[in-house]
Amino acid sequence: MNAGSGRTSARPDHRLIAELVEPGSRLLDIGCGDGALLELLAREKSVDGRGIEISQEGVNASVRRGLSVIQGDADTDLADYPEAAFDYVVLSQTLPAIRDPRGVLLELLRIGRIAIVSIPNFGHWRNRLHLLTRGRMPAPRGSGEPWYATPQIRPCTIKDFVMLCRELGIAIDRRTQVDSRGRVRRFSGTGRFANLFGEQAVFVLSARSSRTPASGTKRG
Amino acid sequence: MPESATARVHEQVGLSVELGHETPLELDCGISLGPFTLAYQTYGTLNAERSNAVLLCHALTGDQFVVGPHPVTGKPGWWELMVGPGRPFDTDRYFVICSNALGGCMGTTGPKEINPETGRPWGLDFPVITIRDMVKAQAMLLDHLGIEQLFCISGGSMGGMQALQWVASYPERCYTAVPIACAAKHSAQNIALNEVGRQAIMADPEWREGRYQELGTNPAGGLAVARMAAHISYLSEPALQRKFGRTLQDRSNVTYGFDADFQVESYLRHQGQSFVERFDANSYLYITRAIDYFDLAADYEGVLANAFRGAETRFCVISFTSDWLYPTPENRAIVRALAAVAANVSFVEVVSDKGHDAFLLDEPDMFETLRGFLSGAAARRGLGGP
Repeated sequence: MNAGSGRTSARPDHRLIAELVEPGSRLLDIGCGDGALLELLAREKSVDGRGIEISQEGVNASVRRGLSVIQGDADTDLADYPEAAFDYVVLSQTLPAIRDPRGVLLELLRIGRIAIVSIPNFGHWRNRLHLLTRGRMPAPRGSGEPWYATPQIRPCTIKDFVMLCRELGIAIDRRTQVDSRGRVRRFSGTGRFANLFGEQAVFVLSARSSRTPASGTKRG
Repeated sequence: MPESATARVHEQVGLSVELGHETPLELDCGISLGPFTLAYQTYGTLNAERSNAVLLCHALTGDQFVVGPHPVTGKPGWWELMVGPGRPFDTDRYFVICSNALGGCMGTTGPKEINPETGRPWGLDFPVITIRDMVKAQAMLLDHLGIEQLFCISGGSMGGMQALQWVASYPERCYTAVPIACAAKHSAQNIALNEVGRQAIMADPEWREGRYQELGTNPAGGLAVARMAAHISYLSEPALQRKFGRTLQDRSNVTYGFDADFQVESYLRHQGQSFVERFDANSYLYITRAIDYFDLAADYEGVLANAFRGAETRFCVISFTSDWLYPTPENRAIVRALAAVAANVSFVEVVSDKGHDAFLLDEPDMFETLRGFLSGAAARRGLGGP
């Protein structure tokens, strides 16, 4: 790999994902942006990584870094991949931008053994307070994007996501939160505190042996 | 580089080698061709491990002179911007090879060369060749040069088709593959365009059923028209508009005649005229036919992905937004097939209004993409920096 110079510390959720991944594994990063996570994983975990990114600027930046990334759309292009092609499939902060999160979640666990999904938690107390006191949609922190311009077309809370996994028969093997200062927080119990104080959550998912039969995961 | 006794330096066309003495080239049409000559050029130095070789495949009307000056035209080579010290195919780092395609007319055996059985030019007696035949011939050249595995196989247009065929035929010999602005099969529209070119040549009374060399005629008119028609397909509507618009050629009013009133006409006529000085009409027939016949999936039960199954080659596919000859969806079909076998693939669509020919032009996004891709792969392959 090309070792970049002047690197700043990795994003907290990237750091968290890197800790979850076995060295030398095969990994697909969906919505890989400029390839920062793939580069981190290649450098520190010798991961054989691939990426899909919807923006051409992101793809170009990634390929220039020597990463294997294609321009594509999670909603339509995952069907191209064969079953169990990867050890891990990562969906980092991309879920709210997807038209069919349900279908994509099932696809993740068809093409990968383990899915690692990180989401921004819309149920964080700051968002709740914003909506309660100002009566306007909270914008993702730092983005300043108004509601009509944000790529996050389907924001959800940690609880929403947990419920969806339950409905789809997906096992949550691990759940970790990052708070507003980027610190990793593990909340025990029912998840109420997590849903209130976790700004981001990282889930490790696998397919339950008894999967809902109606889920129809085979495509293409 | 081992030079066998058969290798010789042609006074005009550089290096060439006679291949297929013991084992002839078994063509797809069923004919055995051998011995045959392959003309080629090399740039840079082969390393001791023989691991830094790059084979570049030229397009329909290209040749082995990737870097100029071209021996016939004196112009720069067709990929001068891509190949050389510090260029994406860095000749300080890689050993770059390019051979004139089988059926071509720059020293490789083709319809223009003498048929040893008759002592006369092959003409239409030359067997119809395919992209796979071209690739087989190149593989024999690599055997001759003692190169087991290429660091990279690349090319644009027909050159990209050859790159795809290379991985399908010899996956273990291709460490990386960079097909640019191409397709895994030739579309109906493209076959139609090629047919217009061939009909223009064959309608020229000087073509003489392909025997014009012996009869001392020259179907230059037909070949020029073929080139003009094809050349339009290499550009784009916006590029033509930007370059020419409706501007008149050295005149302030239309002449109410059929002279080249418009600049775009004058430009096309010039393209046609300069082309016939360096290209052979029968070669044009044969090579366009080879492109028409190309349908990689057809050799693999109609499933393109099967052509790449098991290949460990790292791919970088590049397309251009304004290319309507091999548009992005055709390139993406290759990417999808590669994804279907979980192959290692990068794909970049470069934004350009220059049409299909963008792959030959100054496109910084293409250069940067290739630089990044090749550097990453070179580090993995253990090729040091320049």
